[in-house]
Amino acid sequence: MSALAWALVAVPLAAGALLGLTGRRWNRQAPALGVAAAAVTLVLAVAAALLRPAASTPLLAGIEAGLRVDGLSAVTALTVAAVTVAVLVFAAGELGREANRGRFFGLMLLFAGSMLVTVTATTLPPLLMAWEAMGATSWALIGYRWQEPQRVRAADVAFLTTRTADLGLYLAAGAALAGGVGSLRLDELPTAASPWLHVAAAGVVVAALGKSAQLPFSFWLSRAMEGPSPVSALLHSAAMVAAGAYLLLRLVPLQAAAGWAGPLVAWAGAGTALLLGLVAVAQTDLKQLLAASTAAQVGFMVLGAGCAAVAAGTTQFVAHAATKAGLFLAAGAWLSALGTKRLPALRGAARTHPVVGGAFTVGALALAGLPPLSLWAAKDEVLAAARVHGWALYAVGLAAAVVSALYSVKALWYVWRPLPRNAADGYDTEGPGTRRVTRLMRAPLLVLAFAAATLGVLALPGPADRLRTLVGDTGGPSPQPWEAALSAGAALAAAAFAWWRGPRPLPASGRAAGWAADWLGLERAARTLVVRPVTALAQLLADLDDRVIDAAVRRLALGGLSAARLTARFDAGGIDALVGAVAAGARRLGRWARRPQTGLLHQYYAQAVIGLAALLLLVLLMG
Amino acid sequence: MLSVIVFLPLVACAALLLVRLRDRTYIQVWIAVAAADLLLVLVAWLGFRTGGGLQYEQRLRWIPGAGVSYHVGVDGLSLPLVALTCLLFLAVAVHSLGEERRVRSYVCLFLFLQTVCLGLFAAQDLILFFVFFDLSIVGMFFVIAGWGHGERGRAAALKFFLYTFVGSLALLLGFIGLYLAATPHTFDLVELTRADPLAGRGAYGALVLLAVGVGLAVKTPTVPFHTWLPPAHTEAPAAGSAILAGILLKMGTYGLVRIAMPLLPASWRDYALVFIVVGAVSAVYGALVALAQTDFKRMIAYTSVNHMGYVVLAAGAAGVLAGTDAGARALAVTGAVTQMVSHGLITGALFLIAGVLHDRGATYEMDAYSGLAGPSPRLAAATGVAAFASLGIPGFSGFIAEFQIFTGSLASQAVATAVAVTGIVITAALFLRALRGMFLGPVRLPSSVGANGFRDLATAETLSIVPLLALALVIGVAPRLLLDVVEPASRVLVGLVSR
Repeated sequence: MSALAWALVAVPLAAGALLGLTGRRWNRQAPALGVAAAAVTLVLAVAAALLRPAASTPLLAGIEAGLRVDGLSAVTALTVAAVTVAVLVFAAGELGREANRGRFFGLMLLFAGSMLVTVTATTLPPLLMAWEAMGATSWALIGYRWQEPQRVRAADVAFLTTRTADLGLYLAAGAALAGGVGSLRLDELPTAASPWLHVAAAGVVVAALGKSAQLPFSFWLSRAMEGPSPVSALLHSAAMVAAGAYLLLRLVPLQAAAGWAGPLVAWAGAGTALLLGLVAVAQTDLKQLLAASTAAQVGFMVLGAGCAAVAAGTTQFVAHAATKAGLFLAAGAWLSALGTKRLPALRGAARTHPVVGGAFTVGALALAGLPPLSLWAAKDEVLAAARVHGWALYAVGLAAAVVSALYSVKALWYVWRPLPRNAADGYDTEGPGTRRVTRLMRAPLLVLAFAAATLGVLALPGPADRLRTLVGDTGGPSPQPWEAALSAGAALAAAAFAWWRGPRPLPASGRAAGWAADWLGLERAARTLVVRPVTALAQLLADLDDRVIDAAVRRLALGGLSAARLTARFDAGGIDALVGAVAAGARRLGRWARRPQTGLLHQYYAQAVIGLAALLLLVLLMG
Repeated sequence: MLSVIVFLPLVACAALLLVRLRDRTYIQVWIAVAAADLLLVLVAWLGFRTGGGLQYEQRLRWIPGAGVSYHVGVDGLSLPLVALTCLLFLAVAVHSLGEERRVRSYVCLFLFLQTVCLGLFAAQDLILFFVFFDLSIVGMFFVIAGWGHGERGRAAALKFFLYTFVGSLALLLGFIGLYLAATPHTFDLVELTRADPLAGRGAYGALVLLAVGVGLAVKTPTVPFHTWLPPAHTEAPAAGSAILAGILLKMGTYGLVRIAMPLLPASWRDYALVFIVVGAVSAVYGALVALAQTDFKRMIAYTSVNHMGYVVLAAGAAGVLAGTDAGARALAVTGAVTQMVSHGLITGALFLIAGVLHDRGATYEMDAYSGLAGPSPRLAAATGVAAFASLGIPGFSGFIAEFQIFTGSLASQAVATAVAVTGIVITAALFLRALRGMFLGPVRLPSSVGANGFRDLATAETLSIVPLLALALVIGVAPRLLLDVVEPASRVLVGLVSR
């Protein structure tokens, strides 16, 4: 059984690494190989969902690297694997011969494989490993077209932002160990001793909010749009952004044990759902609109996790994955065909490309929360849980649902406008379009649109109960009929209003609209509050290093040198001079001693007489 | 067996001095000797009983009157470093295939250095340790002065020599302090560890720890004793830099776990906070200063200060008994040893890459390059992998090391550890900036690059860089290979510190 668990993650990771290493060498075969690996992974995911394998191996002292497919993992892993297949089939149709397809498909498989490890890990280390590996592969995917500096810069922003939040998981691991959870098992985290329990919970919450692009980290998602469309489709639906929501759903018991974490997470989710929804309304670029809507829709999952509604959050996860992957692929199809993602330029795009347009319409209507499509039902499950936690939370959630109808219909309004006569003038803003959508690109669109429309069944009483049992979340609140009616009515009304208003669904002042269009100025704030001070500090310390610390060492060395010079002078002028003086004195004495030695006998006699006289005098004086 | 491993390079060095060969043959002989030595270490590794304490021990009388003997042996702390030394010297030998300046002296010098490095990690006697410690400074001085970048190279070599030599004198003072405290007087590491001669002698122990600590801190180097490192690296040849960062820096941190912690346990516990703070400050300071660099090699040099800071932090955390359990402290020590190995592999590779860059463009200035991934995709891929490995991405050894260090240290000193953790974001920022600036974007080459453009990695260069990164990957994915050897020794060390 454990072999199946290993195979589920090893197949995409190994295939991805191999394909990535081949680069352009197998450029022709790379798409087929990539899709095949993804398909095998999907088969393994289905098998794993049925058989529920578990595996474990020692990693660090007393800490295992465990994988297990339980109910929640089964649902999420299936979603990840299915969306990966759809996205890779699309990419096989989109990516031309000139692209480095080995690198692209290899990285996509590594990315998906990391997500699969994330959703099946039972201990913190493998979860964190996959979590960070996903961030690194997302960097390489967003910056896939590395020749263009702004894309690489966007990749840097995305990676650095999410990694900053990831520090939370490092701290959580340390706190868990300090709190007595030596195994670092996810299901034992709630037993950590206080205060470490709270540190662990805080770390997990920060990391999850960062990965899921919730407030205040949302801005990286905007920059992530610089990646190719299939990357956006996977990153925004079932992987990466969804990973944070998954982690919060998985660690609901930890939030409950910490007490404060649940309400905080719920409000962060609700706030993001509303505010980023408004950001989406203000966008004039289709991919940017969809990106902001991702943060908003993931906000509903986070809201569900904060309210301990695991089943509701999971339903939203699955429904949103299908919907958003389809929408991004549709946007990608237009981008590749028409060379633009600007909404005004996409007027009439649904009419010229009816298959893409149809799929996009189904997805957008689901995103708008219109009954009976999937996200309407999923969102109601979340809102029902929110209502139990307070009317204020429910009201914000409902408002966010209304806003989602506004931005979805805004996008629809544009693509269904009559085709302007000079439509082609607005095309090719991003690059030359191919003007056609291949069959390989259309097929996954239709599949995903179908899923987006129908996955609402997960919220019907029968399947919903099955799902609740599956993820171990029985006894939670279900939406009352009036709630479903209210949200449906509100969504329909908002949709009608937005259709009537057209390009500007909300009457807003220029400044507010500009603020929303700029993603609430979050990136600028991060630059002002974090990046610039850190860079300045780095420069300051580098100067300090040269001018003070190293200068002190140099001064010390110079001090030693001058001390040596001083000693040398003392040596020459003092000691050596003294030695010289002694020598000179001795020489002078010698010279004096030589004087009496004249060789004349009478002088010696005279000297002897003087000497004897002196002796006599001495004896007399002493006596 | 161990003595053969240690002295095989020196014997080869002596033999090469006697015969006259073609330049390339010298290097081929060197590669053969390094490979043979690596093979011997692999055999020793396979025969090593994990958890069996000191093995392959050998003790000969040397200066019995002064309590000095030739005593060598390896345990779980030193065997990985012995293996790393052999691997890195082999990589450097392969990388040096293109060397043309005074090849015989160059080869002999590196063979001599290899014996010195191996001897240091095998030494079980303080004087033996000290001799190898000092000889490593001598050897590296000649490498930087003789094969570095001209006049500035000689100045940097002199600075390196004087600074680290002063550090080694402090170390010697500490050793003599230990010798005098023991009865009977001895320099033997095993006997000193058993005797714990400074137990209960507060001020004396503190002074000895100060001397040993300063000596090792200069070599590691930690802030504020690190300023010899950037010029030494910038001016050294690629092979010298790789050895300096990969092996010589480890002598400092290895000294902490081999000498300072087990021989001075009481003082270590009393002053653990000093090491924790120095480690955390080095980690963050090194990362921040690295972020401000414009010179690729200087930047990597400062990231070494960051990485070694983590090691010192973990060693310090292992001295805090309150509020921690032995498991967490052993995890920190294991992380520290893993970090030594990991840093040797990854930074060794990065310095070899810097050498390739200098070979093509004659400058390390990052602004001089752009879009190198175009003309040299293999170099770009290797640098990308090395950069991500160095910034601690999971799947490579750096993550295994840093995760254990952070997780094991948090309980000891939560604030310092939390501060140190931010280093991994700063290193991420600086490596991403370097990758973006030099390798991605539109192609721009320095004017010094000839008409044939920017050559991609040659075979010898690939063969020297890729195995290092591959091993970092193996350790990152299957860490048990390394940890099975290290963990028992870490537990023993933690037990020694807490007695």
